[in-house]
Amino acid sequence: MTKQFRILYKTVILLLAVLATMALGAIILLAIGAPVMKTYGVIVFAPLKNIGLISEVLIRTIPLTIIALGIAVAYRSGIINIGAEGQMAMGILATTAVALAIPNLPKPILLPLALVAGITGGALWGAIPGVLKAKLQVSELLSTVMLNYIAEQFYTFCLRKPMLDPAEMTTGSGTPQSMRLTKNIWLTRFIPGTRLHTGIFIAIAFAIIIYFMLWKTASGYKMRAAGASQRSARYGGINVAKYLVIAMLFSGGFAGLAGAVEICGVHHRAIQGITSGYGFSGIVVALFGGLHPAGIIPAAFFFGLLLVGGNMTQNAVGVPANMVQVLQGVIILVIVATQMVLSNAYLMEKVWRKTHKEATS
Amino acid sequence: MNVVVTILSLAITSSVALLLASLGEMVNQRAGIFNLGCEGIMSMGAFLGMLIPYSVGHGGATPGVYNVLGLLAATAMGALLGLFFGLIVVTFRAPQGIAGIGLQMFGAGAAGTLFRHFVGGTQSVPGITTPAIPILSKIPFLGQVFFSQNVLVYIAYLLVPAIWYILFKTPWGLEVRSVGTHPRAADSIGINVTKIRYQSLAVGGALAGLAGAYLSLCQAKMFSDSIVSGRGFIAVALVYFGHWQPVKIMWGALLFSLAQTFQTIIQSKGINFPYEFAVMLPYVLVIVVLAFDRESQRLGPTALGIPFNREIRT
Repeated sequence: MTKQFRILYKTVILLLAVLATMALGAIILLAIGAPVMKTYGVIVFAPLKNIGLISEVLIRTIPLTIIALGIAVAYRSGIINIGAEGQMAMGILATTAVALAIPNLPKPILLPLALVAGITGGALWGAIPGVLKAKLQVSELLSTVMLNYIAEQFYTFCLRKPMLDPAEMTTGSGTPQSMRLTKNIWLTRFIPGTRLHTGIFIAIAFAIIIYFMLWKTASGYKMRAAGASQRSARYGGINVAKYLVIAMLFSGGFAGLAGAVEICGVHHRAIQGITSGYGFSGIVVALFGGLHPAGIIPAAFFFGLLLVGGNMTQNAVGVPANMVQVLQGVIILVIVATQMVLSNAYLMEKVWRKTHKEATS
Repeated sequence: MNVVVTILSLAITSSVALLLASLGEMVNQRAGIFNLGCEGIMSMGAFLGMLIPYSVGHGGATPGVYNVLGLLAATAMGALLGLFFGLIVVTFRAPQGIAGIGLQMFGAGAAGTLFRHFVGGTQSVPGITTPAIPILSKIPFLGQVFFSQNVLVYIAYLLVPAIWYILFKTPWGLEVRSVGTHPRAADSIGINVTKIRYQSLAVGGALAGLAGAYLSLCQAKMFSDSIVSGRGFIAVALVYFGHWQPVKIMWGALLFSLAQTFQTIIQSKGINFPYEFAVMLPYVLVIVVLAFDRESQRLGPTALGIPFNREIRT
């Protein structure tokens, strides 16, 4: 088997994967009678038209990157964390609580404190499924989903009762939301006229940190080993249970940080609906980015694009924004199937023999 | 007394979607497939179930026909999505947990997209209403709780013995269980593992689709994005709770619906208790059961979640 053939084979499969994704999405688009290629065009290219839209894409890239990093850490350690949404909500609550409790601290102290609070909130919530899996063998797929619903309810409760904006209580409509948080936790918006905030540097910094943690430290190696093969890792003397919990602490912490950054950078108050969809989108980004920080950042940008573009399809071609969720689901399915095809050496051998025979005869 | 009747009758009404989906998931898992996409299939079922009576049924013949068509369409779509999942996890042998998440997003997203296009906003449908059973429904207490329910309630509960019979007393059921327990052994005596897994996915998907249609046609009598709201995931957990046995799953579905009903009652009676904590109850219950019911980790089909490849020695 020649090297050229291998490259050609993989390229063809990846192209087929892209085609399959577009074809599966097209089924839904055709069902609602929308122009297929034009819709894809709007989703991918329309958000790149001007700096304002690009900044909106980048704003979504930030939490997606941070959440996906955490999901990648968990995934590499053998845990599929679908609880990022709940962990993010808990992070938001912790950040908001700090900002409400001690609003008068100077910014250089309060902002880091608020971010750390977010990380802690998310990490503790993430640790629950970690401990449940490590100690009681509870499938994290089920426990994290259930914890999402619990967190969602707790979040609503906090915004409706203890954290409710006093102004809403007296004059407003009673919308469950906190008061506008102190300016001392705001992340700087550094491009005038846009909402793009310094959270982007936090995301990039953490991508670099995660790369070093996973590939250049002993504990990172142990986490990856536990994920690659629990049995071998245990045989090699790695305390698998411990690293499962640590991986979930990281994963939850990242989701919590994403929530904190959203609060400090974009919303400046805790409201409902901040977390919606980010947990599942984070999974797609992590997979699409090859579970590697260097892949996750561009992948997050791509899905940021999809999220912004998805909001534009309604006006441009009459396609509801839910279409993006369809595409995300399709992308997950195609990625996991493609990975299996690519790793199937037998199949590659078969194709080689067939094509080779045809070429010689 | 009156409250007890309301609670019990509501619990039975709301247990049906869980029961149907969970029975379907059990068939999947008995064949060794962990289908987390149940939630997404239910969304599509719920949408199609209401779409057909809503769009075709207006001004047509008797609405009953279109309701039945809605149920059938939802069931067929569920089976189709189950087969599609089979393509990913049986033919391509992709990891089932993550693929299930993909299917869930696909189903929920597709239902949301199609709903906005074909229906637009919140629209209620007459739905399926059946008269109470004569004579029996007049019995005090029992009559209101058991004999004034929707016809689908009885069908769902009749499916419990039916599926038990199919799984444990028919050749096909034996094949399903063998494929989920030891696919290599099944393969060696000539059972087509791939075929049986596809078939069980079609059955499981069909039941999930029907469960969705029950939600939109009988329970809510409308469709919304949050109509399934985690019932598909709870249904998966119920299979563990019920130790892969239809009757135990039925009790589980009833128990969880009871927990959900308490929340409705608390909200409607205006009891001064943060309703959010009542809504949490069923989800907390799932986690507690999964954590402390040791049997549920021991009794599962041994090949659950493991793709079968006859070309590779294991």
